[in-house]
Amino acid sequence: MGIVAESQFHVLAVDDSLIDRKLIERLLKTSSYQVTAVDSGSKALEFLGLLEQEESSLDSSPVSSNTHQEVEVNLIITDYCMPGMTGYDLLKRIKESSSLRNIPVVIMSSENVPSRINRCLEEGADEFFLKPVRLADVHKLKPHMMRTKLKDHHQSQEKDREEDPEEAGSANRRPEVEFRAPGNQQQPQHHSSNKRKSIEEGLSPDRRRPRYSDFVHVGIP
Amino acid sequence: MDVVQLKRQLIAFTELLYREGFLDEQFNQLQQLQDENNPNFVAEVVTLFFEDAERILNELANNLDQQSVDFKKVDAHVHQLKGSSSSIGAQRIQRVCIIFRTVCNEKNVEGCLKCLQQLKHEYALMKSKLETLFNLEQQILAAGGPPSI
Repeated sequence: MGIVAESQFHVLAVDDSLIDRKLIERLLKTSSYQVTAVDSGSKALEFLGLLEQEESSLDSSPVSSNTHQEVEVNLIITDYCMPGMTGYDLLKRIKESSSLRNIPVVIMSSENVPSRINRCLEEGADEFFLKPVRLADVHKLKPHMMRTKLKDHHQSQEKDREEDPEEAGSANRRPEVEFRAPGNQQQPQHHSSNKRKSIEEGLSPDRRRPRYSDFVHVGIP
Repeated sequence: MDVVQLKRQLIAFTELLYREGFLDEQFNQLQQLQDENNPNFVAEVVTLFFEDAERILNELANNLDQQSVDFKKVDAHVHQLKGSSSSIGAQRIQRVCIIFRTVCNEKNVEGCLKCLQQLKHEYALMKSKLETLFNLEQQILAAGGPPSI
């Protein structure tokens, strides 16, 4: 297991608001991450498409084999409400792509809408941040990037040995997050029982699960 | 005026702005992101906000001046302003935006016009107060005092 230096973490930030891009860029840079900021989902896919092109000549293994590409993205953080392609649409496109779906995705939104939060987490988002995003939120990103780096490191070692089980199934969502909400807002159980099992297996002990109370932002009128 | 007095003024003025709701915690967050490597961060963000807000206020005036008001456009603009004001901690402006969106949803032109007036008023106040704030900081720097933030 190699040493993973923070300066190697590269975050792709997507937001149509110039002010918010400036803000997220500063927040991320303060945390020593490299940042690429784009103003739309399609520009994000274009940027990520560089990775896909380079990967297409290889087998369908996940992104970030360092010997093959120059631009590696370790996390995507995107606004939800954007004209054209929403953050949710972008999330879906990323999760549908065999080369991109292992990149952790974080959604930001100025609106605290539980059904929206649920939908994003169900679709595979790793975190949902309420805007304005703060330094404390950015501190939550590292575990997701670390996990992917370690996972990809192990996978590149095991590539010849076995097929990646995630490639086989059609339900290839990454069940990294279990979202619990209070009262009658239960996570639908019927189609997620397999997911739930993998969630339990996949979670590391110090992973903090986002709770509904995390998303209720004190101070927003 | 000496540095000590200026600093006292700055502190008192800043506290007033927070107390009266012109600024909220988010502004403090912005200040925390400013350092010797990014000494103008707050001023830069605030400048962007001023430009954005003025543009949006003009657009809103246009939108509401039409024979047939496009409420979707109005809502989109107000949503944008709500977002950017929230991002810099401009609490009073953000609150007017929230009311504005409700009124816009009801397709109430009169109400929208009132909100726009309110927004213009709050924006003018905010701009003037922040300019005073930055002025004080500049004075402190010029007087040789260390940066307050």
